[in-house]
Amino acid sequence: MEKIRGRVWRFGDDVDTDVIIPARYLNTSDPKELAKHCMEDARPDFARKVKPGDVIVAGKNFGCGSSREHAPIAIKAAGVACVIAESFARIFYRNAFNTGLLILESPEAAREIEEGHEVEVDPEAGLIKDLTTGKTYRCQPIPPFMKELLEDGGLIPHIKKKFARVRLEEDAS
Amino acid sequence: MKRAMTLAEKILAAKAGLEAVEPGQLIDVPVDLALANDITAPIAIKIFREAGIPKVWDREKVVLVMDHFTPNKDIQSAEQVRLCREFAREQGIVHYFEGGNCGIEHVLLPERGLVVCGDIVIGADSHTCTYGALGAFATGVGSTDLAATWITGRTWFRVPETIKFVYRGKLRPWVTGKDLILHTIGDIGVDGALYKAMEFSGEVIKRLSMAERFTMANMAIEAGGKVGLIEPDRKTLNYVRKHSQREPLVFKADRKASYLEVREYDCSEIEPQVAFPHLPSNTKPISDVGHIDVDQVVIGSCTNGRLEDLALAAKIFKGRKVNPNVRAIIIPGSPAVYREALRKKYIDVFVEAGAIVSPPTCGPCLGGHMGILAKGERAVSTTNRNFVGRMGHPESEVYLASPAVAAASAILGRIASPEELGLRAEV
Repeated sequence: MEKIRGRVWRFGDDVDTDVIIPARYLNTSDPKELAKHCMEDARPDFARKVKPGDVIVAGKNFGCGSSREHAPIAIKAAGVACVIAESFARIFYRNAFNTGLLILESPEAAREIEEGHEVEVDPEAGLIKDLTTGKTYRCQPIPPFMKELLEDGGLIPHIKKKFARVRLEEDAS
Repeated sequence: MKRAMTLAEKILAAKAGLEAVEPGQLIDVPVDLALANDITAPIAIKIFREAGIPKVWDREKVVLVMDHFTPNKDIQSAEQVRLCREFAREQGIVHYFEGGNCGIEHVLLPERGLVVCGDIVIGADSHTCTYGALGAFATGVGSTDLAATWITGRTWFRVPETIKFVYRGKLRPWVTGKDLILHTIGDIGVDGALYKAMEFSGEVIKRLSMAERFTMANMAIEAGGKVGLIEPDRKTLNYVRKHSQREPLVFKADRKASYLEVREYDCSEIEPQVAFPHLPSNTKPISDVGHIDVDQVVIGSCTNGRLEDLALAAKIFKGRKVNPNVRAIIIPGSPAVYREALRKKYIDVFVEAGAIVSPPTCGPCLGGHMGILAKGERAVSTTNRNFVGRMGHPESEVYLASPAVAAASAILGRIASPEELGLRAEV
């Protein structure tokens, strides 16, 4: 899994799914459409200014509220490479991995890394480096099975790929 | 000796076929019911199709409820519902609800007897935890997890720690289950029960109606909870037997079960509550609210759209008029609630008072349709969330309250207690 390097967008505690993607846009599930409105009610210019590889840093309980999978889908489609937070709401946590969005829990990093800083994230090593201050933070490394799942783009593509591999091996034998 | 278990642990152990489970343990369980709505089902259908599986595991256990943006508010919503309808037909889904038989999912399902005590229910809707009021382990998931269950009929859980909430004493006038849960969320915060099971108990819970119990369980997610459980008693069983042919499976917490925490509330100290913008935990007792004018009142939703909620509102609206500055929107939660409200003349009372009566829909609760707020407008709502932009413009405001406070606010044009109308609650 490649290292991530990007600019930090900071948000506060309890960022809810209505802020991540307002319900008025849920009459579609097209990732590109959803991405256009990502974080709109908190920072109207976010979707326009965010660059591929950027990182969201937020406080506790990120993703609270609705079960809408549109939330991690919108963040990922907007180009965000990773969300670092003090903690994540339960349903969002599962949805993020299932849809292939990398999320990392690191209370210290979440509290200290500031808006606009450059960060480098090594998910497999569990390291978050604030390149602006030079400080390094530790988080739980992403285990191999989850790394594969993320690289495949989420749970379903991952399962499909695994099944295809099994079938190939069966055909070969 | 067998480990003493909480209510959540008892259900999960039995369903996983294990003698005991403990917090942190990962388990695989069969699912009794898997539901989705017109917003979350389309993603699950796409995923299911991509997986290339021809049939859902059990067409009687997959429930699809078209309740969020219905009656379809625009072309795209209509397309989403069409996708669900075609999928339901193709799969022979038995419990597909749209149009005249459709209600708000968490009002509808218990009423149609689709959930009983002891069930494992997952729903691509965060308020699936409502069924905890029946002693069912019910929780919200995303569309991917749901689609996986459509394929396998199973899901995995991490057994949660349990926080026990004990409600003692005597409720004050006009204090309802809604006020108890708002007070509790105000006490522990919107992540106070993150990843945890909440177990509601005590003499006050035993005295609550099933409608009020559903309201409390419904908002467990607003404290971050995985489930909000209430031990089944005679009231629960009477409800289930009246509504369902299925046999309930009653679990009770062991007396020596170990809880992460036990919190006790003396209910004689709890006033009607109002959650201020923009978090459900931002609660104040009604006496601390001050003068706040309102533009809209919404009474309904999966939290407070049941017959008892409308009865309470009708009592306050009867013989009075909605304040000319207020749009009061009443939303019966299901066709059965609507019919009963007609029969009991509640609808007459609402229309006479100058309120608007909507068909059953989630509508305004999530800023969908049927009552969207303009910039700077304020609503008092019996719904469950008051996040930024939840009911409309990002600069509008939602105040969460009980049907009693919402109705009194509609009459007076500002956030108010029914006591200000000189009304006395039945004790």
